[in-house]
Amino acid sequence: MTRFPPPCDPAVEAGYPEPPARVGFFTDTSICIGCKACEVACKEWNGVPVDGLELLGMSYDNTGALGANTWRHVAFIEQRVPAGAATGQDSVRWLMSSDVCKHCTHAACLDVCPTGSLLRTELGTVVVQDDICNGCGYCIPACPYGVIDQRRSPAGDRNVGLAQKCTLCYDRIGGGLEPACATACPTDSIQFGPLDELRQRAAERVATLHAAGVTDARLYGEDPGDGVGGTGSVFLLLDEPEVYGLPPDPVCTTRDLPAMWRRAGLAAAAMVTLVAAAFLGPPR
Amino acid sequence: MAEAHPVGFQWVIEAKLRGAKVIHVDPRFTRTSALADIFVPIRAGTDIAFLGGIVNHILSNDLDFREYVVAYTNAATILSEGFVDTEDLDGLFSGFDPATRTYDESTWQYAEVGDDTERDETLEHPRCVFQVLKRHFARYTPEMVERVCGVGPEQLLEVAEAWVAGSGRERTTTLVYSVGWTQHSTGVQYIRTGAILQLLLGNIGRPGGGILALRGHASIQGSTDIPTLFNLLPGYLPMPHVGQHDTFDAWVGAIGHGGQKGYWGGAPAYATSLLKAWWGDAATADNDFAYGHLPRISGDHGTYRQVLNMIDGKIKGYFLLGQNPAVGSAHGKAQRLGMANLDWLVVRDLFEIESATFWRDGPEVATGEIVPEECRTEVFLLPAASHVEKEGTFTQTQRMLQWREKAVEPPGDCRSELWFTYHLGRLVRERLAGSTDPRDRPLLDLTWDYPVHGPTAEPSAEAVLREINGFEVASGRPLSASTELASDGSTAAGCWIYTGVLSGGVNQAARRTSRHDQDEVAAEWGWAWPANRRILYNRASADPQGRPWSERKAYVWWDEAEARWTGKDVPDCQVDKPPSYRPPVGATGPDALAGDDPFIMQGDGKGWLFVPSGLIDGPLPTHYEAAESPVHNPLYGQQSNPTRMVYERADNPRHPSPSEGDASVFPFVFTTSRLTEHHTAGAMSRNLGYLSELQPAMFVEVSPALARERRLDHLGWATIVTARSAIEARVLVTERLRPLRVEGRTIHQVWLPYHWGVGAALTSGDSANDLIGVSLDPNVLIQDSKVGTCDVQPGRRPTGPALLELVARYRGRAGVVQATPERIVTARPR
Repeated sequence: MTRFPPPCDPAVEAGYPEPPARVGFFTDTSICIGCKACEVACKEWNGVPVDGLELLGMSYDNTGALGANTWRHVAFIEQRVPAGAATGQDSVRWLMSSDVCKHCTHAACLDVCPTGSLLRTELGTVVVQDDICNGCGYCIPACPYGVIDQRRSPAGDRNVGLAQKCTLCYDRIGGGLEPACATACPTDSIQFGPLDELRQRAAERVATLHAAGVTDARLYGEDPGDGVGGTGSVFLLLDEPEVYGLPPDPVCTTRDLPAMWRRAGLAAAAMVTLVAAAFLGPPR
Repeated sequence: MAEAHPVGFQWVIEAKLRGAKVIHVDPRFTRTSALADIFVPIRAGTDIAFLGGIVNHILSNDLDFREYVVAYTNAATILSEGFVDTEDLDGLFSGFDPATRTYDESTWQYAEVGDDTERDETLEHPRCVFQVLKRHFARYTPEMVERVCGVGPEQLLEVAEAWVAGSGRERTTTLVYSVGWTQHSTGVQYIRTGAILQLLLGNIGRPGGGILALRGHASIQGSTDIPTLFNLLPGYLPMPHVGQHDTFDAWVGAIGHGGQKGYWGGAPAYATSLLKAWWGDAATADNDFAYGHLPRISGDHGTYRQVLNMIDGKIKGYFLLGQNPAVGSAHGKAQRLGMANLDWLVVRDLFEIESATFWRDGPEVATGEIVPEECRTEVFLLPAASHVEKEGTFTQTQRMLQWREKAVEPPGDCRSELWFTYHLGRLVRERLAGSTDPRDRPLLDLTWDYPVHGPTAEPSAEAVLREINGFEVASGRPLSASTELASDGSTAAGCWIYTGVLSGGVNQAARRTSRHDQDEVAAEWGWAWPANRRILYNRASADPQGRPWSERKAYVWWDEAEARWTGKDVPDCQVDKPPSYRPPVGATGPDALAGDDPFIMQGDGKGWLFVPSGLIDGPLPTHYEAAESPVHNPLYGQQSNPTRMVYERADNPRHPSPSEGDASVFPFVFTTSRLTEHHTAGAMSRNLGYLSELQPAMFVEVSPALARERRLDHLGWATIVTARSAIEARVLVTERLRPLRVEGRTIHQVWLPYHWGVGAALTSGDSANDLIGVSLDPNVLIQDSKVGTCDVQPGRRPTGPALLELVARYRGRAGVVQATPERIVTARPR
């Protein structure tokens, strides 16, 4: 499998000559209390509409998944923990984690966008420009995390039909504020800042947890060598990514396109040659 | 705490990141449990037994903070010979009268030698509080705790050891409870047990210690300081009682007589200043400062008594300001039937709440108990301003007042409570102007002269705060401390404990010095009563000689060179009183307290492990089963709190105890509480899309075992039945609830959120409070709403009259009986 050559500054790649430091999120799920303040603050600031009043029965998660009307999503995972020596009884573990757009180093949504609506900002983040998006929907299957989606409701909403997702509150950062979710998070489970700093903080936190015996703690998205070149949203998880509904080995869906096009080109050329040979070959 | 107080929980997380161990005790595994180091599942309603087990562990192993206990608590005080404990009276204390179900406190008193109490600082005298306490709690063995609570000995020991290890000279432990703890027929004694533990371990009056009550709203502390309670006046002065306090002297003498020791000795000044604040020039020394204008109480006028009086047609009108009893109060049906039997009802709220629409779409309309066309109550729904649309103060749980500016004008006809109250009073006074009827004098004599401003004539909240703070009558100068209050009518103050919030004429509650620019006490953020003191009884943070118990926990201390108390906080004692001070014979007020008496509101200056007076249900906490419980009390013949307040009426049926009827009809225990996503009775969350979508439906949590037993499907419907009503809810089957083994049998517990009600909000559903009857803690008249018994059946409930028939069938099967005194007093002392 091909890997991206680390490190890579997406803003530089995008053509910003001297961009400011790349920013992102560090979501430390070990201190998430599942209050969903991030979901509400995100919707309030960004005017994201209500997504329906449906009891899903997925523990306390009635949001379900990220989508056009959900830019922050708190997952709740109830696990039975087999009996420990201390109590002799099975116990329960309740994992909570606030998911968000990953703002990938290599963002397939951006690669496939035919209008240029999806934009790499100077901060290294990926945003949709509502006034340019034509609603083609190519970005939707391109995202390896299932983050971006087309808004289908409510009727009358001005962005119905357009691709929608987290902007990392681009409009707040410009005004000197942190993203709404990070501001609202009471326990600092969601932290915003320069990505380099966040990655370092994440590494320290995971080391602290390991030293405290929490050996399941792991980072997700911090590796610049992974299938998307590392993400702008780094997570500290307490179990396998799949448990939280995250792909274990995400790959930028456009990563292999050049090779595929090369192979397709080669195949086409071979076909043309064969056909030509069939017609142009020496007569029998 | 994470569930109901996520913002406050950030500090628990911060402590955890610094290495603190977090213990969570709860019937169900919540968002708090998810982050706790130790989670202890417990049978609902058994907290006294659980904490009692820890007290027993401490006392049996000499793990108490002995120096603190001897010097600062009443452990060494010797009790009178007449006191007999529950161990000898099958669950009753001495002095009990079965006919009235009340106690005579006379046998609970300290033994007296002349004018003084008798003490034994070796703590060995058999009648000293320490030994009485030790004998009392000896019954709470780990085995007994397991039988009562379903908590195993290892887990009890783990919690006890963590608590002890986190206490002492170098360390302190905080006990945090939320107000669900108060909602039991023994609620006050729950908190008393916590207080005993914290006193024994030296965790009161010291940084990082204490007992923190987390409230359900932003200013619940404020609404007890300047009370919305029928039996209190501002600053915890009692309401006068007709027949007992007919004169000013009788009233004030009952609070703090002339010879009173401690700070209640100032009662005459506090009371006079209150009357001066309310009736101004009409309050003179000649008319006992208009004491005759003060209303009297004649008994129980609590919120539940009132509702029953409404049903009986004794109350004509009712104001609801930001309250939704149709959903949020126990026995929802009684609440709604009461409100449906008024002449008028004024509801001021942000939304059209269920308490304003019950006559139109409440559950009783479906059953035919309320007929909209015939409902006699005229409902006035008035739109209220929200907290960002008005100015004023909030008082939070640390007794801290924080001034709030108005951010935006309220829309349309929305107005603040201050506007409503002031203009209503103004209009009533204008209507009564010129009246010669003496009963109108209290209204006409009120100082009702607050300046107004703006197009809506909004009264000045700062002018109200000025009256609350108090001022010198002659000059109008704001007072800076409650010690300036006088009993001769020269000062006025609306709430003596708030005197000083305008210290120096500055609104101290509006201070906003950043925590980065001050020390960890943050004394310049807002203002805490009394006297901007952040930790009460902080004299206890130093040893009897006035030295910090340790460098780590240094807080206030005696500065020998300066001959005064100093430190990080405002010392909670007379600042120039040396630790060696001993009161002269006959001293009164604060001067009667020694230099090492930290608990300055008590006559003896000590923290009370044993309470000789002031509690209705006993001087020590002891475990009683909840008013409705599926099991016999394993400790005594006395099943439940014998002094609990009951209202014996056909419309308030209760479940029989296991010895009275068929307890298998209501075999399961249920408890209710809050979800992070919703706010209490739901007015401020079920009307908002962003919150409603996060928890969109009423549900019931059950364990997988109960789901199997009762054939309940995840996301299907269940019907929950009690003698009061039956409600339906969607089912969440979760491992977070699990059955407990108690007394050799399996006890299933189910959990319900109480946010839903039937009405016009975005999300509507049956109300958990409809299941609960009215039975109250006798001390504070708070409802027993956190433990009940019920049945759970699969499927939706019947509708219309069939619902009433279902509940009636259950009542018949269970043998629901009236709670006569003989049935309540089940102790059989030998």
